Amino acid sequence: MKKLLNTVNWLVLCGSTLLVVLILGVILWDIFSKGFSSISLGFITSYPTNGMTQGGIFPAIIGTVLLTFITTLFAVPFGVACAVYLNEYAKPSLLTNIIRASIRNLAGIPSIIYGLFGLALFVQALQLGTSILSAGLTLGLLSLPYIITTTEEALKRIPNSLREATLALGVTQFETIKDVVLPKALPGILTGVILTLSRAAGETAPILFTGVAFYINGISASASQEFMALPYHLYMLSTQHNEIEQVRPLAYGTATILILLVFTLNSVAFYVRFKNRTQD
Amino acid sequence: MDASRREQIDRLNKFLFKSTGLLTITLLGGIFLMLFSNSVLFFLDVSPVDFFTGSQWDPDTKYSFLPLLVSTFLVAVGSMIIAVPLGIFTAAYLSELAPRKVQMILKPIIEMLAAIPSVAIGFLGIVLVGPGLASIFGIQNGLNALNGAILLAVMALPTIVTISEDAINAVPKSHREASLALGANQWETLFRVTIPAASPGLIAAVMLGLGRALGETMTVLMATGNAAAIPEGFLDSVRTITATIAIEMGEVPYQTTHYYALFAIAAFLFLITLVVNFTGEYFANRLRKFHS
Repeated sequence: MKKLLNTVNWLVLCGSTLLVVLILGVILWDIFSKGFSSISLGFITSYPTNGMTQGGIFPAIIGTVLLTFITTLFAVPFGVACAVYLNEYAKPSLLTNIIRASIRNLAGIPSIIYGLFGLALFVQALQLGTSILSAGLTLGLLSLPYIITTTEEALKRIPNSLREATLALGVTQFETIKDVVLPKALPGILTGVILTLSRAAGETAPILFTGVAFYINGISASASQEFMALPYHLYMLSTQHNEIEQVRPLAYGTATILILLVFTLNSVAFYVRFKNRTQD
Repeated sequence: MDASRREQIDRLNKFLFKSTGLLTITLLGGIFLMLFSNSVLFFLDVSPVDFFTGSQWDPDTKYSFLPLLVSTFLVAVGSMIIAVPLGIFTAAYLSELAPRKVQMILKPIIEMLAAIPSVAIGFLGIVLVGPGLASIFGIQNGLNALNGAILLAVMALPTIVTISEDAINAVPKSHREASLALGANQWETLFRVTIPAASPGLIAAVMLGLGRALGETMTVLMATGNAAAIPEGFLDSVRTITATIAIEMGEVPYQTTHYYALFAIAAFLFLITLVVNFTGEYFANRLRKFHS
């Protein structure tokens, strides 16, 4: 009886794990097996044609890349600076407790609420309109807490002896941070930044009202224009299109490209982390 | 450069770094203020009694929060019913049974699952889970609460597995050794000693998973059918708070009652996720204190 129970326990635990693996397998198999057949060089490099029922997704790819670029420009300097303040300058105090609580809080806010905030602040109050700039800044705000947290982790791994050694040489604290701490923490910071950007590239809800469009003529040449993006393109193709069955292959293709993009960014991040760990 | 100038630069930079820290507080304050002020404008137009009673969310005439709230919780709690046992068992397997090599393979797999964009999961709800549910239950289409719950479970799994695994790993070895020395077998030790000792961390895992599920937009928008009535069961089509905002904000004219209404429901979503996340944080901290 006891032996039977042991076997059942073992089966439950292994079965659960197997099921989790199976879920990922089914997701990737379904999307990739149907997606790869619609991907060609033309699909990646050409514009949509015939009312989005044919052609490629070039402007959506470019839109996502540009959007992520704007997000990076905004979120990385602020995020890294905030982490430097928390880890290098600030002594534990009421203020740092409040800042840390805010960061944890910000990380838990649903992404659609960032979308509303971006609409109210960037689109309306700052009059940036629905544009790639508004959307990029909105995603930047969303990414901020993650960049701060991962950068702080990286800074914490730098031994204090290094800081003390340079300070003892008469170097100011800013110079220590700029010339010693940050270069040493760079791979760790980079890992966090890339992982955060891969999340931002796949986000849809925050860009819904801040500037994404289903179709634009050409590609966005200026920051004040609306733009196409891969995740939104996939959403529209699979729910809002008049010829939903006809464009299904295009939807699978878009999903495949989106997942490949995200996985590539993740792999780069893991490579940087792995390289960094083996060097130490 | 002379020393006083270098010190000036140092002080200036310290100030700059500090102001980015203050930016995070400002950002949170700004989000709160935006939600709060627009909600106030909404409740000037619509009485709170009407908002919290009734059964119809029908913009322009009736703003009843109830169907959206019930939908949101139905899908999120449903996802936890699926994801919690699956996640905790997987975490137990990973930390107690799996050989090192298997661990090395499983961890990246779970991270890959976490990396898949929500819109791609929602797409699968339409093309894979929906038709599957339709044929199993003999219903017209599978876009309903169950579909959303299954998809959200998949999305919450990585969070639950990772945090649960940390919690189980944090239980001191001495606990297990004591139990084994008393004659308990591996399973009795796991289920009666290790898991109970890890329970604050497991509650944290569930809460943070639930927080994710409550706030998720694209998956539920795509897979749950979006009918704004109070659902009677998991096979009914539902419309969550997040999906309602996503659908209606794109078309609503600015500064109207309808516009304010969407901020008001967002404010309640904000409060709900805040409470859930802080409960999770509280248990996570308790575990940390207990073991250090």
